[in-house]
Amino acid sequence: MTADATATARRPAEARSGQQDPAAGKRPRRGRFGVHIFLGGVSLAFLAPLLLAVYASLRPYEETAEHGYFSFPRKLSFDYYRQAFSDSEMSKYFVNSLIIAVPGVLIVLFLASFAAFVLARLRIRGGFFLLILFTAGNLLPQQVIVTPLYVMFNRIELPYWMSESMTMYDSYWAVISVNVGFQLGFCIFVLANFMRALPTEILEAAVVDGAGVWTQYWRITLPLCRPALAALGTLQFTWMYNDFLWALVFISDGDKLPVTSALNNLRGQFFTDYNLLAAGSVLVALPTIIVFLLLQRHFIAGLTLGSTKG
Amino acid sequence: MPLVTHARRTRRRGPRRFTRRDLAVIGVLLGFTILLDLFIIWGPTVASVTLSFSSWDGLSDLSWVGGDNYDTLAGGDYPPFWPAVRNNLLWIAFLGLVATPFGLLLAVVIDRGVRFSRFYQSTIYLPVVLSLAVVGFIAQLIFSRDQGALNAILGNENNPTDWLGDRDLNIWMVLLAAGWRHTGYVMILYLAGLKAVAPELKEAAAIDGANERQTFLRVVFPTMRPVNVVVLVITVIEALRAFDIVYAINKGRNGLELLSVLVTDNIIGEASRIGFGSAIAVVLLTVSLGFIVTYLVQEMRGEEHR
Repeated sequence: MTADATATARRPAEARSGQQDPAAGKRPRRGRFGVHIFLGGVSLAFLAPLLLAVYASLRPYEETAEHGYFSFPRKLSFDYYRQAFSDSEMSKYFVNSLIIAVPGVLIVLFLASFAAFVLARLRIRGGFFLLILFTAGNLLPQQVIVTPLYVMFNRIELPYWMSESMTMYDSYWAVISVNVGFQLGFCIFVLANFMRALPTEILEAAVVDGAGVWTQYWRITLPLCRPALAALGTLQFTWMYNDFLWALVFISDGDKLPVTSALNNLRGQFFTDYNLLAAGSVLVALPTIIVFLLLQRHFIAGLTLGSTKG
Repeated sequence: MPLVTHARRTRRRGPRRFTRRDLAVIGVLLGFTILLDLFIIWGPTVASVTLSFSSWDGLSDLSWVGGDNYDTLAGGDYPPFWPAVRNNLLWIAFLGLVATPFGLLLAVVIDRGVRFSRFYQSTIYLPVVLSLAVVGFIAQLIFSRDQGALNAILGNENNPTDWLGDRDLNIWMVLLAAGWRHTGYVMILYLAGLKAVAPELKEAAAIDGANERQTFLRVVFPTMRPVNVVVLVITVIEALRAFDIVYAINKGRNGLELLSVLVTDNIIGEASRIGFGSAIAVVLLTVSLGFIVTYLVQEMRGEEHR
């Protein structure tokens, strides 16, 4: 948000310096053409693998096996997508992904925003230490915690209505709680920074009016955090949806896998139809790409909020 | 003025400023969050370190073996360990020396303001939203031996190169795929960083007679210090976390060993060697802690200026 403001403030300054510098008129124009070739080339190279995946997914295996991926298409069809949905039951795995990611994002945003509110606004004792604890936790490699969690989840018993396996292992509870726990640090860090930048007057006025902590948080601070929450929500949804490891380790029942981890099932034991795999990859990538294209601004804001302090 | 005295009063009296209900709300919600963090992150971290001194299959009795697990790792009795260390180091080096500088270069070029910059930015950034597992699958389309696009471009169908099967080659192909995703991430961070640099600084440098390169290297780049630290940490942490992409390609075998894969193999593999897997995890932890501390020091220094 501040970045936007400085960017617009800078425009006039740029224009001025452009006029003052006599050499500036010549250089950019000559360089500009090269810049477009460079950036266009890079963009094309970055886009090519995705386009190839889409192209491959539309063509039958026999054809690409015989003529290669760069041959002229004789037959284009959505057969592989149909196959992915009917034979491989991709829709089931998509639902599983939503069962994990939607509650995960809501819970992590709720818990993190309250913790951030307390740490940034109430100045409790030990708040600084807590902030370090949360932030550092988010940076650990997942494999550092995966083994004890695996053992622990195998020992935690849950009633049948919560988990068919009767343990926390092989249930969504495990995957959701690990996703939430692991992302807490990042969200608290970003939200605390964001909340510190909010004007304090409104909150002080509320305190004078006798508002309790919950009202200060829910009614006053949270509505002001809407941009940060939108940014984080977008980002967190993508990350939890993209997660591969947690479901792989904590879920053993193949029917419960989220779609990202289930992609491996499209690979046969002895023979892999790469075109089917391409269709699967495109399907798995599609939701995140759509989210990105629709909410690009939020997405980028979420990442940069964490690095440049809002 | 009343505000100041109010603030001072509340500070001195401490907890009194909260009603009982306030304390209950804070206690329950913040308490739950802290417990969850300890339960999911810090408890298991401590447990990993402890278990690394044991020999345990998760079922029978646990026995303490001191530093035996580490001796096995260092002594070369576990063949995949050193190749995995080498691959992780290669990963750090490649992301740090190739992908990250490339992302910075793209950010600088785009930040100078060209037409269609929005388009360039979005396309280069697009791979970041993909799951690393998907990146791994797409890599197979390009690099597979018999039908892969790369062999088709090179036109060597008669004597095809097995880009992902050849254990001297495959790690480089995987690094290319990982770099594809990392570059856009770094670019976005630097684009935000560059926007935050005060234009007055650049103007002052230009007036002092610095050319564009000097301005960037001596003025702009050093002022982006906070972003540089974030990028450094992200680069190293991403390299240490790398897992999905090799697992999607061949489950991290045959030249694609990584520390993260070895940890996972040791727990969900048939031989459930929990103590041994933990020792590998501790190696990962030790390396990453150095960078985590660097990052926190940087962050908290900023905090003091607030």
